[in-house]
Amino acid sequence: MVMLLGLLFTGTLYAAFAPANAEKGSDNQDEQIAAGRELFLVGCAFCHGQNGEGINSQNGQYGPSLVGVGAAAVDFQVGTGRMPMAQPGQQAATKDNLYSDEEIEQLAAYVASLGPGPSIPTSDEYSLDNLTGEQKSEAIVRGGQLFLANCSACHNFEGSGGAMPWGKKAPSLRETSDKHIYEAMLTGPQQMDVFSNGNIAPEDKAAIIAYLNSIEENPGYGGFSLGGLGPVSEGMFAWIVGIGGLVGFAYWIAAHSARSEKTETGSEETNA
Amino acid sequence: MSENHDAESSNNLPAPIEEPIANPGLAPHKPRPTDIDPRAERRAERQVAAFFIASMVCAVLFCVAYFTLDIKDETDTFIGLGASNVALGATLGLALMFIGIGIIHWARKLMGDVEISEQRHPAASSEEDREATLAALSAGLEESGIGRRPLIRNTMIGALGFVGLPLIVGLRDLGPLPGKKLERTVWKKDTRIVRDVTGTPVRPEQLEVGDLMNAQPEGLVTPHSEEIEKEGHSRGVEYLEGVDLQVEKSKSSVILLRMEPKDQTFSKRSPENWSVNGIVAFSKICTHVGCPISLNEQQSHHLLCPCHQSTFDLADGGRVVFGPAARPLPQLPLKISEDGYLVAQSGFLEPVGPSYWERDSE
Repeated sequence: MVMLLGLLFTGTLYAAFAPANAEKGSDNQDEQIAAGRELFLVGCAFCHGQNGEGINSQNGQYGPSLVGVGAAAVDFQVGTGRMPMAQPGQQAATKDNLYSDEEIEQLAAYVASLGPGPSIPTSDEYSLDNLTGEQKSEAIVRGGQLFLANCSACHNFEGSGGAMPWGKKAPSLRETSDKHIYEAMLTGPQQMDVFSNGNIAPEDKAAIIAYLNSIEENPGYGGFSLGGLGPVSEGMFAWIVGIGGLVGFAYWIAAHSARSEKTETGSEETNA
Repeated sequence: MSENHDAESSNNLPAPIEEPIANPGLAPHKPRPTDIDPRAERRAERQVAAFFIASMVCAVLFCVAYFTLDIKDETDTFIGLGASNVALGATLGLALMFIGIGIIHWARKLMGDVEISEQRHPAASSEEDREATLAALSAGLEESGIGRRPLIRNTMIGALGFVGLPLIVGLRDLGPLPGKKLERTVWKKDTRIVRDVTGTPVRPEQLEVGDLMNAQPEGLVTPHSEEIEKEGHSRGVEYLEGVDLQVEKSKSSVILLRMEPKDQTFSKRSPENWSVNGIVAFSKICTHVGCPISLNEQQSHHLLCPCHQSTFDLADGGRVVFGPAARPLPQLPLKISEDGYLVAQSGFLEPVGPSYWERDSE
C-alpha cells in the first residue's frame, strides 16, 4: 500500500514537473533524426557515405567522416550553401542555400546523432544584448584585440577576407551572419582552424562578433574603402587611375599644338 | 689631304658619307596667332591670369570648407563620401591643377617661340688639348718627385687609408652591441603558456584536434581577470610593460596547434616528447625576415607567412616546404606542469626569427 502510494506520488510529481515537452521532444527528435536521415541519403551520402562514415578513394578523401562534427557544422555548411558541394574543388564555394530552415534542423539532428559534437549556438551565446552599454564597449575593445591576434592573419584586419595557398581563400566576414561566424569558430570548416570553447571562451567569441558588427557600422571617413583590402587595392587605384590619368593628360597637352591648322587659316583670313 | 686622312684614321673616326638625300633643314617658322594678333595675345594673357585667379579662389574655398563643414555626422553626402572630404580634396586639387594649367597655357601661347637646333660634336677633346694635358700631368709628377721618393709616396697612401679608421670606429656609436639578446627569449623551464590578449593559462584538455591558439609566455600579457593577475603575482610573475614588453613580445610569441598524433612526424630536431597529446608549440616569428605568422591550414598543418609566402609544415618539426625561409621554425618543447597546465620544458634551443651574422649555423 505504502509502495503503491509512493509510486502514485512520484508518478504525479513526475507528471507535474517533468516537462511534458520532454516526452514530446524525444519523439520529435526521433522524427527529426529520421527525416534528417532521409534528406542525408539524398543529398549527402554520395560523398559522406550512407552512415556519414566518410568515403576514401585512391586519390585521398572523397568526403570526410561526419561522426562527431556536431549540429553546428551542419548548420554552418548547409546554411551558408557550402554543402552539398556543386563540384569538387580546392574549396567548397558558398551558393544559394537549397534547404529550408526546418530541413537544415533535421539534417543537423541526424548528424548530431552520429556522435557528440558542438550544437547549434543560441542567440544568447553570440550576442551581447544582455550587457550594459559600458560592458558592451569594453567587450568590443577586447573583441578587437582578439580578432587582431587570432583572425586577422587570414581574414584581413577589417574582416575583408584574403587569399590562401593553392587557389583557396579566407572569405569576407561582412556578409556572414553572427551565428555562422560563431559556428565557424566552433567547428573550423575546411582549412580554418578550430577555435573551440576551451581555446577562445564563449563570451570572447561573442566579443569578436560584436567587434565585427561595430566596424561595419563605422562610417568610412577616408572616402572609398576600395574593398578594405589595404595597400594592394589602394596602390592599384593610385597607379592605374592616378598616374594613368596624369599620363593621359600630358599626352593630351603634347598632342594639341598651339599652332593648329585651324587657327592658322583663321589668322590667314584675318590677314587677308 | 693625305695627312688629313691619316689624322682621321688615327682617331678611328669613320670617313664622312655623302648624304643620299639632301638635308631639308628646318621647316619655315610659322608664327602662332598670339604672335601676330594683339587681340589673341591679350586674350591669352587674360586666360592665364584667369587660371591663376581660379586657383586663388579654390585655395580660399578650401579654407572656408575646412572651417564650415562638419566631419562627424556628414559621412556620406556624395556617393558615399563625406562632404568635408570631397570639398577639401576637390578645392585643394583644383587649386594646384589651375596653377599647372596656367603655367602650361602661358608657355604654349605667350613665352618665346623659336626653334632651336643643337649640333652634335665628337665627345673627345682635340688632339692638342689631350697632349697638353698629359704633358702637364707628367711634368707635375716629375716635379713632385713622387716616383723618386717611395718613402713619401707609401706613407701618404698609408695616411689616407688610416683616415678611414675613425669613420669605421665611429659606427660603434650607432647603438649598443646586441650581445646574446638575439639568442634568448623570456621562455625558460616551467614558464606557463597563456592565451594572447586574455592572459589565461592553458590546460591541454581545453584544446580540441584542429585548434590553433595564439599564445605568449606568462608575464607578457597582463590578464584581463584580476584574480589571475593576483595569482600570478603570488607565484612571483612579473608583468612586463612598455618597451621591454614590445621587445620580448617580438621574440617570444608562439602558436599552439593540436593535431592528431598519428599525423605527426618526429625527428631529432622535433622529438616526440616535445609535444603533449598532439599539441605542439612553434615560434610565431618567421625565420626569413621576422614577420609574425599565423595563417595556418588546418588539414595540411601548413603555416604560411603572409609577407613572402614561406610555408612551414608544423606536423614535421616546422620544416620549410615553400618560400624563401632558410630555416625551420624553432619549436618550443612542451610538457604538463604538476598543476595540469601547459608549460615549457625549456626555452627555445636555437635563436628565433631571421638569420644574422653572428648566429651559429647548423
